[in-house]
Amino acid sequence: MNALNHTDHNKAVCIENLMVKYNETPVISGVSLNVESGDYLGIIGPNGGGKTTLLKAIIGLIPYASGNITVYGKKPGKLGRLISYVPQMTTLERTFPITVSEVVLTGTLNAAFKPFHQYTKSDKEKADELLHTVGIYKLKERMISELSGGEFQKMLIARALAVNPKLMLLDEPTASVDANARDQIFSLLNELNRHMTIILVTHDLSAVSSHVKTLACLNGKLVYHGVTELNEAVVNALYGCPIDLIAHGVPHRVLKMHEESE
Amino acid sequence: MLLSILQYQFIQNAIIASIFASIVCGIIGVIIVEKKLVMMSGGIAHTSYGGVGLGYFLGFEPIIGAFLISMLAALGICFIKRRGGTRSDVVIGLFWSLGMALGILFIALMPGYPPDLSSYLFGSILSVTRADLYLMAGVTLIVVLVISILFHYWKAYMFDEEFAYLLGIKTAWLEYLLFILIAMSVVVLIRVVGIILVLALFTAPPAIAERLTKSLKLRMIFSVMIGSVFCLMGLFASYIINIASGAVIVILAASVYLMVYIVTSVKKSMRIKKSC
Repeated sequence: MNALNHTDHNKAVCIENLMVKYNETPVISGVSLNVESGDYLGIIGPNGGGKTTLLKAIIGLIPYASGNITVYGKKPGKLGRLISYVPQMTTLERTFPITVSEVVLTGTLNAAFKPFHQYTKSDKEKADELLHTVGIYKLKERMISELSGGEFQKMLIARALAVNPKLMLLDEPTASVDANARDQIFSLLNELNRHMTIILVTHDLSAVSSHVKTLACLNGKLVYHGVTELNEAVVNALYGCPIDLIAHGVPHRVLKMHEESE
Repeated sequence: MLLSILQYQFIQNAIIASIFASIVCGIIGVIIVEKKLVMMSGGIAHTSYGGVGLGYFLGFEPIIGAFLISMLAALGICFIKRRGGTRSDVVIGLFWSLGMALGILFIALMPGYPPDLSSYLFGSILSVTRADLYLMAGVTLIVVLVISILFHYWKAYMFDEEFAYLLGIKTAWLEYLLFILIAMSVVVLIRVVGIILVLALFTAPPAIAERLTKSLKLRMIFSVMIGSVFCLMGLFASYIINIASGAVIVILAASVYLMVYIVTSVKKSMRIKKSC
């Protein structure tokens, strides 16, 4: 480990005063955020608030205009297999001719091109094991077009795990997923959080309150970062209007009791 | 009768050319269709007309001109695509027309009688020369090798480019390579179906194969076979009724695709009705 790593060896991600632009328009600006190693960070915010943009900037998929990002002391784009990613399902072609097990195997590919590459026996065993972990082993020979939303998300998580990352980023892994699969995915993430750092972008506010350790609220700027209890001022800044809907009918309240509601 | 025409050298050349064309269009076509690069490939093909004109104007083999210009167009279009932005389709449309316009300009500037360009525009499989065959063989070999050597990487890139990037795979390099392969394939196909009709041979066999099999590798193999049938049938039709090979091949490809489409759609709707 070099000196730079040593100074923040327990920081998974350090973001300082980050600005990311899309066509000259800042999507996010002034974002400073530290994610401790072992954390389980939930990022919420309205559509267009820059959640996906932030994840992609951390990975190095999109460049940033100013500021600084380091992941375990390294720059985005030079992270090797430290980091892995579950993209938004809607960005992928679900009719693409590939089987579940082939998708997971792509996670074992190395950066350097190997002519006539074939997956080894240990690659295949690893893929099988990961498919067991996420609970879709029996679907391994299926084409991805035959999967339900939940099964597809589980497959993407298995592929992300094949990288052996220290940090895993997930972009709405419970979108278009039924309630049962949703619970399975969250308990899987809880399990994974024992030995890896997780950053989760989600619209699922009830999940945020009951599963994640820390919370960040992003609406162009970082509105809030801290423990997973929102107050009304933060929600107002985030969504522009008071939303008390999000606390209804869920076992864990996101909001504290309103004073007026007494 | 069939055996007797097989003895002609030009028929033998045409058959070999058909096979080469089917191989490249089958393999590259599947990728183009899956990656939704059909219009960009059309842009590359049409721009190559400028190269044909340049060849005539400067007095070198027009197909070499097409090869060079389509290569430049491929790199340019790939660059624009990678830069993103909402205007990339506009730029590709401009490339498309500009290439053709330059071709017309060069031919007009050329001294002497203007050559007959319809063989480049609509294909003329019966006039394929030995030299053409060598070029086509070389390109086909390169396409097959590049795709099979990196097959798993292509698959990862095609399914999820961003994830491939995250793994450290050089996706930009793969993409430029793919566009170069498209440009090379265009050159092979020009002799068989012509610049204007290239798109049909890139799209129809993969689209039919898509309805027959779900595996990527089989889809490529089926496309090659379907393409060969079209090209060979087109070749014989063009020999017998003396029409540009490209036109016959494209009409055949499009009608078969339409038929397959109708049959599978009817089957599907019947299945849905049954399950209701």
